[in-house]
Amino acid sequence: MEPTTAPTKPQFSPAAQAEIKRLLTHYPEDRSKSALLPILHIAQAEFGGWVSPEVQDLVAETLNIKPIEVYEVATFYTQYNLKPVGKHVLEICRTGPCMLRGSDELTEHLERITGAKVGGTSPDGTFTLKEVECLAACGFAPIVQVREKYYEQLDTPEAVDAMLNELKSLLHRPILPWEENSTLPNSLKNY
Amino acid sequence: MGRKLLTEHIDVEGINTFEVYRKHGGYRSVEKALKTMTPDEVVEEVKKSGLRGRGGAGFPTGMKWSFLAKPEGVPRYLVCNADESEPGTFKDRHLMSRLPHLLIEGMITGSYALGARTSYIYIRGELLYVLRILEKAIAEAYAAGFLGENILGSGYSLDLHVHPGAGAYICGEETALLESLEGKRGNPRNKPPFPAVQGLYARPTVVNNVETIAAVVPIINEGGDEYAKLGVGKSTGTKLISACGHLNKPGIYEIELGVPVEEFIYSDEYCGGIWKGRDLKAVVAGGSSVPILPKELILKTAAGENRLMTYESLSDGGFVTGTMLGSGGFIAMDETTCIVKNTWNFSRFYHHESCGQCSPCREGTGWLEKVLHRLEHGHGSMHDIDLLVSVAKQIEGNTICPLGEAAAWPVAAAVRHFRHEFEWHVTNPKEATAPGAAYRGTAVLA
Repeated sequence: MEPTTAPTKPQFSPAAQAEIKRLLTHYPEDRSKSALLPILHIAQAEFGGWVSPEVQDLVAETLNIKPIEVYEVATFYTQYNLKPVGKHVLEICRTGPCMLRGSDELTEHLERITGAKVGGTSPDGTFTLKEVECLAACGFAPIVQVREKYYEQLDTPEAVDAMLNELKSLLHRPILPWEENSTLPNSLKNY
Repeated sequence: MGRKLLTEHIDVEGINTFEVYRKHGGYRSVEKALKTMTPDEVVEEVKKSGLRGRGGAGFPTGMKWSFLAKPEGVPRYLVCNADESEPGTFKDRHLMSRLPHLLIEGMITGSYALGARTSYIYIRGELLYVLRILEKAIAEAYAAGFLGENILGSGYSLDLHVHPGAGAYICGEETALLESLEGKRGNPRNKPPFPAVQGLYARPTVVNNVETIAAVVPIINEGGDEYAKLGVGKSTGTKLISACGHLNKPGIYEIELGVPVEEFIYSDEYCGGIWKGRDLKAVVAGGSSVPILPKELILKTAAGENRLMTYESLSDGGFVTGTMLGSGGFIAMDETTCIVKNTWNFSRFYHHESCGQCSPCREGTGWLEKVLHRLEHGHGSMHDIDLLVSVAKQIEGNTICPLGEAAAWPVAAAVRHFRHEFEWHVTNPKEATAPGAAYRGTAVLA
């Protein structure tokens, strides 16, 4: 893991700033707060997979709204991580249809081979395990979501291994559409 | 096999691109509507089609559209509800990721009918990859002149945007969705005023499910009367069914409404029967919120008639012996399934997803989860079983939005039909909590 440096005020990369500017055109001028959820997604992708209070303050500043307006939203929606996470956050669906096809066993298996407990991160910082509710892919259960990707039918150890190996081989997080033609943001370096 | 109105070309290579979609007849409904029909004529066709909301409530779409207030000089909105999160339901993800242009086409035709100049697709945040697919397709539609200023020279202009949620089942409720689209917590609003009068940014708004909006395309292409010829009675047209659980062939099936449930489960054309050669125990037919039915009652009504995949047939018998078509999330459970565990799992879901605004739901869903957990783990009492029914009753009808009912109904139905299994967990806790244990007694049918 990288040594923590003295807390500096986070800044969006130029690519993210351009994307935020584009998003703001989607809503009436006096309703720019509408862009809050999408901007929090960008922030989470930019700043290591979670939104710290400092990052939430940056989002508030970007939208010119009160910090509390960001805090109350960031704590309401389950996709925003409020604590530091590992390199890969494995979101395991635990709801009925996945349970019927073995999600309990999948969770146990993942805990065993990653060394992380649900809600926690593996000692080497690679995997964070998180149980989530229905991911709307019930016919392909059991399912794990990692960032924007769905891994489906994880009902054999081989399928799980294939997913973990793919993740371990990533040199940086997947590049998002608005980052394709820009210099890499900080969160893509030092992966 | 019945006709496929939405998914006929879903397997065509490149159908996600404008060019291929257009080659297969895409965007004809936009041309027809904008060039040859008035907005009211489009609404009229939708009314004639008998189309009912495909998100779960089954409310007639044409009627919902005709309720939209149209004050002079005030913008109005069409918002697509792509927050698909009802456990057991996964049709919209399939439709949007494979046929993004079908939804966009429906949004343009629908927005024209309603007089919206800006429209939104609110998609659940977990589906950011589908949002990317939609944004790419929207860019293609702009480039081809089907979105933006003066579409096809008709004088009608429309902007269409996709907006992500961030993990909250409650945002599938239309007023919570609008709050979320405004950048707030997803707390459902008190009604009235209804969105048709004060919706997004307090402007008149229609919120429709993905599949509902997609269905507008064949309705305008072929005419409402033609669409209404498909199906049975007031269940017209086709419906996407998300089939999951213990089936040989889980997946998404577009069926003509009226297929017998038995055929849907067992025929090779559809789900191909129950996996591992096992027997069917129970089905949740319309997403986790609807009452569970034991095998006997899902295949045949209490009067002994074949149960059909229609709004009316599935609800035959009310909540005593029937259920609902709901969102078409069809969850099959084999004979080894523990109904108590499954009910507990769903209650945990609703407790987790309650927004916390209304006390009966916030507290009640927690009680249901706790009591069910106790029963499932062999620490329950007979009194607990009645307590579940009592708590469910106190939630139902006492909340701002239907999440309360959605949490209460499955519990009430599970206790009604599988009371013996709950009692077995109290009287034989050791046996009931052993790994792989399953109660094989009979269900209560009336």
